[in-house]
Amino acid sequence: MSEAGLRLRLALSRPDFELDVDLGLPAVGISVLFGPSGSGKTTVLRCVAGLESTVRGSVRVGNEVWLDSATGIRLPVWRRNLGYVFQEASLFEHLDVRRNVEYGLRRTTTSRDGGDALQAAIELLGIGHLMARPVAQLSGGERQRVAIVRALATRPRLLLLDEPMAGLDYARRQDIMPWLERMRDELSIPMLYVTHSVDEVARLADQVVALDAGKVSAAGPAGEVLASLEGPVVGSDDAGSLVHAQIAERDHAWHLARAEFEGGHLWVVDAGHAVGKVVRLRVLARDVSIQLHEPAGTSVQNQLPAVIESIAEGLDGAQSLVRLRCGSALLLARLTRRSVSALELTSGKAVWAQVKAVAVTS
Amino acid sequence: MRRLTATVLTLLAGIAQVHAAEVTVAVAANFTAPMQKIAQAFEQDTGHEAVLSFGSTGAFYSQIRNGAPFQMFLAADTQTPQRLETEGLAVAGSRFTYAIGRLVLWSKQPGLVDARGEVLRGGSFQRLAVANPKLAPYGAAAIETLTAMDVLQSVQPKIVQGENIAQAHQFVATENAELGFVALSQVMTDGKIAQGSAWVVPDDLHSPIRQEAVLLTNGKDYAAARALLEYLKSEKARALIRAYGYTVTTAGR
Amino acid sequence: MPSLTEDSLQAIELTIELASLTTLLLLLIATPLAWWLSQTTSRWRAPVGALVTLPLVLPPSVLGFYLLVAMGPHGPLGQLTQALGWGLLSFTFTGLLIGSIVYSLPFAVQPIQHAFEAMGRRPLEVAATLRASPLDAFFSVAIPLARPGLLTAAILSFAHTVGEFGVVLMIGGNIPGQTRVVSTQIYGHVEAMEFAQAHWLAAGMLVFSFVVLLVLALMKRRVGRVMP
Repeated sequence: MSEAGLRLRLALSRPDFELDVDLGLPAVGISVLFGPSGSGKTTVLRCVAGLESTVRGSVRVGNEVWLDSATGIRLPVWRRNLGYVFQEASLFEHLDVRRNVEYGLRRTTTSRDGGDALQAAIELLGIGHLMARPVAQLSGGERQRVAIVRALATRPRLLLLDEPMAGLDYARRQDIMPWLERMRDELSIPMLYVTHSVDEVARLADQVVALDAGKVSAAGPAGEVLASLEGPVVGSDDAGSLVHAQIAERDHAWHLARAEFEGGHLWVVDAGHAVGKVVRLRVLARDVSIQLHEPAGTSVQNQLPAVIESIAEGLDGAQSLVRLRCGSALLLARLTRRSVSALELTSGKAVWAQVKAVAVTS
Repeated sequence: MRRLTATVLTLLAGIAQVHAAEVTVAVAANFTAPMQKIAQAFEQDTGHEAVLSFGSTGAFYSQIRNGAPFQMFLAADTQTPQRLETEGLAVAGSRFTYAIGRLVLWSKQPGLVDARGEVLRGGSFQRLAVANPKLAPYGAAAIETLTAMDVLQSVQPKIVQGENIAQAHQFVATENAELGFVALSQVMTDGKIAQGSAWVVPDDLHSPIRQEAVLLTNGKDYAAARALLEYLKSEKARALIRAYGYTVTTAGR
Repeated sequence: MPSLTEDSLQAIELTIELASLTTLLLLLIATPLAWWLSQTTSRWRAPVGALVTLPLVLPPSVLGFYLLVAMGPHGPLGQLTQALGWGLLSFTFTGLLIGSIVYSLPFAVQPIQHAFEAMGRRPLEVAATLRASPLDAFFSVAIPLARPGLLTAAILSFAHTVGEFGVVLMIGGNIPGQTRVVSTQIYGHVEAMEFAQAHWLAAGMLVFSFVVLLVLALMKRRVGRVMP
């Protein structure tokens, strides 16, 4: 990885757990640490922050070295230029919102222009109207937004987020998600984001690092890791792929939008994005079907010519997962094994993929 | 099971035996040591058993008024037995002085206290321990002594009060006070003062510190209680009492 | 109608002075001690914790006796104070203050320690990620969050000192204006069967203590409302 990126080598052992991670991550965007509980996601975050005293290895953020066991460097937490958003809202209950978000700001040496950073963060997360409130009067979603602003106000070199939405119900998660997407698109610092939710991976991740039992099982750009047949989500109901596309046209009469990508396009439900906006489309494997010839007279809005890249069988005896390439996009299709056999599907075969417009999220 | 039965039978036998010849006595704490010796001799000589409880005279008074099962009371003063008699809790006419306390000015430092108590007139000490004169007869006697010597005024700022004579003794014994008025019985072992320096205050400097015993209403019809009362007046008992630093009256009263 | 004597007023004044100073000093001593006990993983934690709790177990008069021995010319404390040229502390206000602090120590340490423990490590970790040094985090986060515990400690220390008796009798020597506090004064009146005086003083002490405890409890409720 480049000088500007994040370089981690972490080793930690506990009686029932071994962590052994070697990672390089880009200098911007959200890198999601993904995996089942107990896989070590949060521990990685705590090691990077310096909250785990027994970790060995090295942590380098750009040109700053925070940990290097070889040379005995170990910066205390409070000297590391980072922001940390904890799983449960960890606001200081004895301070109001303003004093909470100013807590870190007052303690940064570069607070000369810190006021600007705070103001920008307040606007980015939309909490301006909450500033005078006592913490006890905030909703769960508001608390997490305040916690994020508090972390950003210190102008961190790295933002760590530990399942920031785990404690929220579905509606609150939908509330806060757009704010997080905005952060990803507008902030120019790397973020390490821990979650076990495929949905959050699909909507937020630029990079995905899949962890299993303290080791990295897959890592790479989100689209690739998600569409990988050996990937971490293949067995689940949420299996699906990620397509980066650009809104090319909006059909106001039918409330649909056409999203273009290199080598094809998809009609999706119009979510209000302006023409030219880059969107992430999540296509679930169960919503993709395959035909041998160009379909006609179907209710399905999207037909894409595609080539089969690989087939994974035996998920549960009855089903297979087929990976398709369609221009720059990768799609997953969940089919019965009988269909795979009847259509004589094999790697390299050219087919038509059908995707329901309503099934595409952005 | 057989063992349990045997235990129960032994216990029952024991209770029966004790019941026949037992006297329960409340004893002022300062008289603990001599009373243990006397009870031993009493048991040997008469076959009766004396069950002894030690404590403060004031506490015993409250307990007796509230139905404590004592049959006899050896107080540290004269007022308490008198009050019990007035209140009908003690057998009229049974009161008598069993011991007279001797006051002693004592220090743990050898040579500090001279044979005439002149040390009280000088400035060679910081603290003088005295039992609370309002509560303890020894304390009242100490103040009388200081008054008689005409030094109360000058030593007043140096006085530290113990709640009772035992506490006053602790103040001196731990040397937090260089000297203090204590009971001769507290510092005497085997008929002499064991350590430090002391002045046994002459009788004529304070009114006598009489300790009275009384038969309580509870023990009125108890042969063992009456026997112990008489035993306390015996020459054997009086010798024991004297050996512990008390004086005794010639007559019973 | 009898009213309070000069002696009693003096005892009241002394009691308030003693209880206030004891409370103040106890908070200063107990807070770092409670902090250490709540944070440390040292093997000394259990022994020190037990030592702090001991005054709870010992009868006051026994504790008083050991304090008397310790403050005496051959005791460790007495040796120290003599070496420093302060003389002996027994039968002095300072000695009484030390005795009260030892006697009430568990009442101050435990609520504060519990407050720190209930808070958990998380607020301090948050503070550290916001650039607060450990000392900074202690004052800006731990102390404010432990405020209910600190108030409880203050209430208990004050009340316990006002009601203290056995230790005072033992190391105080009942000197008017120096070591004669309300509880010993009442005791003296009761033992001497001066019940009228005792009642007046006891009633006064009850009313005063009630008011103090009430005010502190109300303060605590207000603090509690800010922090549910």
